[in-house]
Amino acid sequence: MEKLSLRDQLLDFNASYTRCIDSDNLESWPGFFADVCHYRVTSAENDRTGLAAGLMYATSRAMLEDRVSALRHANVYERQTYRHMVGLPHVVRSDANEAECETPFLVVRIVQGDETFLYATGLYKDVFDLNGEKLQLKRRVVVCDSSRFDTLLAVPL
Amino acid sequence: MQTSTIQWIPQGETRVPLAVYRDDQVYADEQRNIYRGDTWNYLCLESEIPESGDYRTTFVGETPVVVARDADGEIYAFENRCTHRGALICLEKSGKDAKDFQCVYHAWTYSLKGDLKGVAFEGGVNGAGGMPEGFCKDHHHPTKLRVAIFCGLVFGSFSDDVDPLEEYLGDEICARIERVLGRPVEVIGRFTQALPNNWKLYYENVKDTYHASLLHLFFTTFRLNRLSQEGGVIVSETGAHHVSYSKVDEDGFDGYKDQGLRSDQSGYQLKDPSLLQGFKEFDDGITLQILSVFPGFVLQQIQNCLAIRQVLPRGIDKTDLNWTYIGYVSDTPAQREVRLKQANLIGAAGFVSMEDGAVGGFVQRGIAGTRAEQAVLEMGGDSTVSSSSRATEAAVRGFWKQYRVLMGV
Repeated sequence: MEKLSLRDQLLDFNASYTRCIDSDNLESWPGFFADVCHYRVTSAENDRTGLAAGLMYATSRAMLEDRVSALRHANVYERQTYRHMVGLPHVVRSDANEAECETPFLVVRIVQGDETFLYATGLYKDVFDLNGEKLQLKRRVVVCDSSRFDTLLAVPL
Repeated sequence: MQTSTIQWIPQGETRVPLAVYRDDQVYADEQRNIYRGDTWNYLCLESEIPESGDYRTTFVGETPVVVARDADGEIYAFENRCTHRGALICLEKSGKDAKDFQCVYHAWTYSLKGDLKGVAFEGGVNGAGGMPEGFCKDHHHPTKLRVAIFCGLVFGSFSDDVDPLEEYLGDEICARIERVLGRPVEVIGRFTQALPNNWKLYYENVKDTYHASLLHLFFTTFRLNRLSQEGGVIVSETGAHHVSYSKVDEDGFDGYKDQGLRSDQSGYQLKDPSLLQGFKEFDDGITLQILSVFPGFVLQQIQNCLAIRQVLPRGIDKTDLNWTYIGYVSDTPAQREVRLKQANLIGAAGFVSMEDGAVGGFVQRGIAGTRAEQAVLEMGGDSTVSSSSRATEAAVRGFWKQYRVLMGV
């Protein structure tokens, strides 16, 4: 099979990533990340001013697995689904080993089958590992445009 | 004075009319009697405006407020509302190097102390127009707040009668604030959480030591807050403020199992336990301290995760919870990383607190249509005093004690 261009690999990756979350297949979500990785959900304001804290903050794939595990077994929240819409990836830089990309997203949320609610918009600021058979995230910072977050951020973005 | 028809029990705090969370008149009365009444309201951290010319905008209740450090080095606060037509004087959330503030609408200019200094075209243009001769700028300052600072926390009050801040807090609360904020801090992140409920429902939740180990499985499973652990709740004399605290220990408590409660789910383990691997930084061994100052300030220490929460009403069924995550200036990079990891416990996505953001909404939705129905607050009896047990609603009753005094109900 012909090797896909980086652009096509990124499109495939984001399609699979969002399909995984939106279809409630959260157990597969950590698999999009490298063993040692950085995942963080923050606001554009924190990102711009260099404030490091996140609403979610993980430094390993195991930590992402723990989040899924907590969602399944520990935390109490209403049944809900997301629908992610991702834009086209912009490659900021790339070399043989890794690629730094930015991809805009928009997420609507549906709680208990009720109203479709505009939940979050923002930018994935990513660093991909290009050495494996398929792309893996070394880093995904979910930079939400607004500093105001809905009262509940259970399912990852 | 209360003009709505809500019926309270004659005295005591064991019943609360559910209508107080959904009544427009109550909400309006609260703005006047609580937020503009004899209370101290958290404005910002002193370290957020360290230099002359630094400023932040915030709210006291619904009222927009500017907090600024003047050239004299002091911090001043005043209503963020131009005395001309009522527009916001300052549009930014924060800034530096301000010499003054100028309303964009007609360029009226205010000093960092909140004094009206300039009125555009005050003397008219080419001898025509302008303000009348008797117009005196000194009579048109925005309302200024009293400002007081304790341990780097800047509070403001609209009241001339409220006790000085440290008396308002009391010795016990002061000591518990100093325990956490006695060292220089810096901000490591800010988030606003939009709560779908009345402000009181969140504030009661903060003071509710009864629910923590029942609603939040994450705490109990990892033995961060079993009610059997050594700890307690302090309620200030007026009932207004509280501290709940606990120490992690290795006791053999299995009351959860005995009662078959949902919150016992043994066998849940972290694959990456570094999430909870903290370091000891408080000599007293207290691993959790939640402190509230009436009507809208919370200081949180959950292990090494430190944060300030500001509770702001945005309507009868909307509340903004402004989180300011902090660390110490003296943190090593490793210590800072611990705080960032433990921040997973709090906020809208918090392993521990995500339920707190939602449960107020469950009440708000549940009380639709209520008229005379009352909430029951009898856990631990009817007192509002400190206790070594956290299976009590004493601090919640304390809130209502102070609330009824200020609201005159």
